[in-house]
Order: sequence, then structure tokens, then C-alpha cells
Amino acid sequence: MNMAVVLPMIIFLLIIFFIGYYASKKISSSNSFLQEYFLGGRELGGFVLAMTMVATYGSASSFLGGPGTAYTMGFGWILLAMTQVVTGYFVLLILGKKFAILARRYNAVTLIDFLKMRYKSPIVVLLSAASMIIFLFSSMTAQWVGGGRLIESLTGLNYHTALFIFAISVLVYVTIGGFRAVALTDAVQGGVMVIGTLVLLIGVIIAGGGIDNIVQDLVNENPRLVSPYGFDGNLSMAYVSSFWILVGVGVVGLPQMAVRAMSYKNSRSMHRALVIGTIVTGFIMLNMHLIGVFARPVLPGIEIGDKVIPLIALEVLPAWLAGIVLAAPMAAIMSTVDSLLLLVSSSIVKDVYINYIKPDASEKTIKRMSFGITAILGVIVFLLALNPPDLLIFLNLFAFGGLEAAFIWPVVLGLYWSYGNKYGAIASMVTGIATYVAIHFYNQSNGNLFGVHTVTLPIVLSLVSFVLFSLLIKREQYDFEK
Amino acid sequence: MKKQDPRFKIAHREALIGVALAVVHFIWWFGFAYGLGSRPVEEYTYIFGLPDWFFYSCVVGFILICITVILLAKFVLKDVSFEEEDMK
Repeated sequence: MNMAVVLPMIIFLLIIFFIGYYASKKISSSNSFLQEYFLGGRELGGFVLAMTMVATYGSASSFLGGPGTAYTMGFGWILLAMTQVVTGYFVLLILGKKFAILARRYNAVTLIDFLKMRYKSPIVVLLSAASMIIFLFSSMTAQWVGGGRLIESLTGLNYHTALFIFAISVLVYVTIGGFRAVALTDAVQGGVMVIGTLVLLIGVIIAGGGIDNIVQDLVNENPRLVSPYGFDGNLSMAYVSSFWILVGVGVVGLPQMAVRAMSYKNSRSMHRALVIGTIVTGFIMLNMHLIGVFARPVLPGIEIGDKVIPLIALEVLPAWLAGIVLAAPMAAIMSTVDSLLLLVSSSIVKDVYINYIKPDASEKTIKRMSFGITAILGVIVFLLALNPPDLLIFLNLFAFGGLEAAFIWPVVLGLYWSYGNKYGAIASMVTGIATYVAIHFYNQSNGNLFGVHTVTLPIVLSLVSFVLFSLLIKREQYDFEK
Repeated sequence: MKKQDPRFKIAHREALIGVALAVVHFIWWFGFAYGLGSRPVEEYTYIFGLPDWFFYSCVVGFILICITVILLAKFVLKDVSFEEEDMK
């Protein structure tokens, strides 16, 4: 084990623990437990809000998988990754004020609370709770596996021990600190990501002898690496552009993003978050993927994409600095996992338990339930991640795009189109998920339909069915002022 | 039906700004990437060592978006209260 690499990570974990402890103090002094535990008391300022959005969104794939693919594909993949800049402003401008106002008016704590008040339909609530719990649970497990693997590869501990360390670190602060702990640790983790990527980018450029040199090496190896079409010329215009939907505008439909749009203190924090979020997302994505491409001439011949970033960090930086930089992907994974954990837990406690099982539960019971469910969920995810079942890996394939296809129109049209009703919402969710799964299999065996990413058609089809069903069945205008 | 909450008018306007910005952003990103990038690689010029299509599409595009959102937040987006009127 390389102590110089491991020490910065231990310090990083200690800081995270301390924040969790600090946030738990706030919880015991707050008067509304649910709002505090699941939304941080709707008090987030601009900086923390921006960072928690960036950090939640930036997961293992932005720090390990994405740069790894850029290493193989070249500049075309950075072009694709930069479509994510749009999420920084789009989510907050679209959900922005109307969602914040309505969420407060309805006293909503979760996305599903909002859907419940807007559509007044138990089917909508159960459908959305079920899809959230299933999809988020599976993507959470996948991220835990990633976290465990990362610790394993950095420290040389075996996978089970590594996973255990990862699980304990996340579980402790999420369980005791709730949303505030998640948001504050996200802010620290976001900061680590920004600094880590910048240091590593500079390191790689120096090691490669300057940008001119590196790009020249790429052209000499294969000129297509500097074109937008990928190393083999197969990265098509339509495919890359369809990522505007998957990782750009479609992100509005992700519950973990929507819940953050109810947590800010006032419109000034929202405006500030918009600016910081856009800048930080773009900065991190640009840097990370440039690192991936630039790593190619510096350290040729890496076979496994996920290893590009750890290997290049250890190659071009002194060990202690590599440790700090490699805390960044770790931070990215943790900050994604922590919010998913809390989201699933809130869905079970608030959307299922309080809604349908015990509406008159006392504050004390709710408190015990929330801590308990969060902890139990964590333990279950840990056990699953030890030996991930095939079903879970299978479900994870649909998690991101499936959730977008299910939620985007019920949320967006629910906010802005007064004729949207529960029939539209149900039809849209069912269509979104069903066509996503169907097209996924079609694309797997026949290549991409129309050359675009799987998510594109389901988003269009679920829009069509939302509008059709809303207008055909019990057409009625919704009054937002009620 | 009661009169519409005046805050919603602001919210609707800002959502439309979001859509418009995303459309313009897409055109910029797409135009430079595939407009310049579709030439043969030998004809590329390099700016700060980066291929020109990439520099304009992703680097300049990103910087312009940052400037735009800063200006939006400063001059265009309006402050509104999120609380209900009677609670003020």
C-alpha cells in the first residue's frame, strides 16, 4: 500500500465525517424534521446548491468512464461530453421559480409530493415511487461497486474491505446528517473535483511537452483522433447530438435534480447557483475529458478505460498530489451515492409510509423511521454490491434514461401546461419506460435506431402520449392558484 | 378562475429564456463542431494547440455561455419571493 497516496484520502474522509456530524446538530435543533432531514430546511445558498447539483450529477462516469472513452475516441468524445454544460443553467431555469413556489405552496418534500398534489392520483404516486425506488436502487448499487473498485485499485486492499470502508463512510454521514450533510459534503467534494481536475490537467500537459506537442502526437498516430468523428470515424453527428437530450436537457426529469430545485432559500441563491453550476460543470467536464485525450500520447496502451485516470495521475504527479487528485473521482462517486440513498429513503418514508400506511405518524416515529430506513437501505445496498446480482446490473442500464423518459413530461408539463392531467401523466410514464426498454433491446441487436441514443425516441413518444391522453380523457384546465 | 399569480409570469418568461438559450447554445456548438470539423484533418488550423473546430465549439462556446448566464443573473432574472403572500 502506498501511504503517500492513501493519506490524503483518509484526511478527506475525516473532513466528510466532521461535516456529517455538524449537520446532525442542525437536525436536532430544527422544528420540522422532515423538511430538515430531506431538504435541509429549504435553506441552501447559491454556492452549496450549485455544488450539490454538479456533484450529484457528476458521477463515476464523468471521472472514470468518460475520460477513459475520450482516451480511445479522441476529441469527438470531448465534444459529446460538453453537451453537459447545458444542464448547469437549463435545470434551474426550467424548474426554477415555478417549481420552487409550487413546492412550497403544496408543502412538498419530495418530487412525488409535488406530482401527488398536481395530479391527485394514487396511481401516479405509486408508479413514480416504484420507478424511483427500483431505478435509483440499482444505479446506487452500481456506483457503490465503482467506489469499492476505486479504493481497491488505489490502496491494494481487497474488494470486500474496500467496499466496506466506502459503505461505512457514506452511511454514517448520510444517516445522521440528512440532506444538509449531503449538500455540504457535496460542496466539499465539488471543490475537490475542481482543484483535482485542474492539477491533473496541468500535470498531463507538462508531461506531454505542451498542448502543441500532444496534439501533434495524436495527429501522427491517427488524424481522426482530432476530428469530431471519433478514432474510427463512426461517431456520427446524429449520435453525438442526441446526447443533448440524454445528458443535457433531459436531466430536468431526474428526481435527484428536481429535489434540489425545491431546496434553495430564495431566488438570489437560485441565480447564483445557475452561474456557478454552469461554470463548474463546464470546467470539470472540459478538463477531465481533455485529460483523457491528452493521456494517450503520454501513457499509451491502456486497455481498460476506467484505469486511465488513476494510472495517469500516478504517472505524472508526485504520490501525495496524486492522492489528492484521486480523491476527486472518489468524491464524485460518494456525492452521487449519498443523494440517491437519501432520495430512495425519502421516497419510502414520505411517499409510501406517510402517504398510505400511517398518515398520522408522530414526529418521533417519522424521525426513527427516517434514520432507520436510510441505514437499512445502505446495508442492503452494501450486501448487494458485495456480489451484484445480474438483475441489478440489468436494471442499471435503464436507470438514467429510463427515469428521464418517465419523469420529464409529468414534471415539466405539470408545471407549465394547465391541461396536463393524471391520464396524461400515467400514459407518459408508462410509455416512457416501456419504449425505453423496448428500444434498448432493439438498439442492442440492430444498432441505433435512426442513429441516435436510446433515450431520444422514448422522450418524444412520452410527450406525444402525455398530450394525447390529457386532451382525450376528461379534458380540464388545472388551476394553479388553488 | 382566479387571477394568475404575477410571479408565475416571471417564472414562465425565465423558463422560455432557458429554452432559447439552450437552442442558441446548440446551434453554436453544432455549427462550429461540424461546420469546421468536417474538413479533412490536414486543413485544420490550431489555436492554443487545439484544433480550431474544437476551440470555437467547446472552449469559446463554453466561455460565451458563462458570460451569458452571468449577465442573465445580473440583469434579466428577477428576484421573487417563494413564500405565499399571507406568510410574508
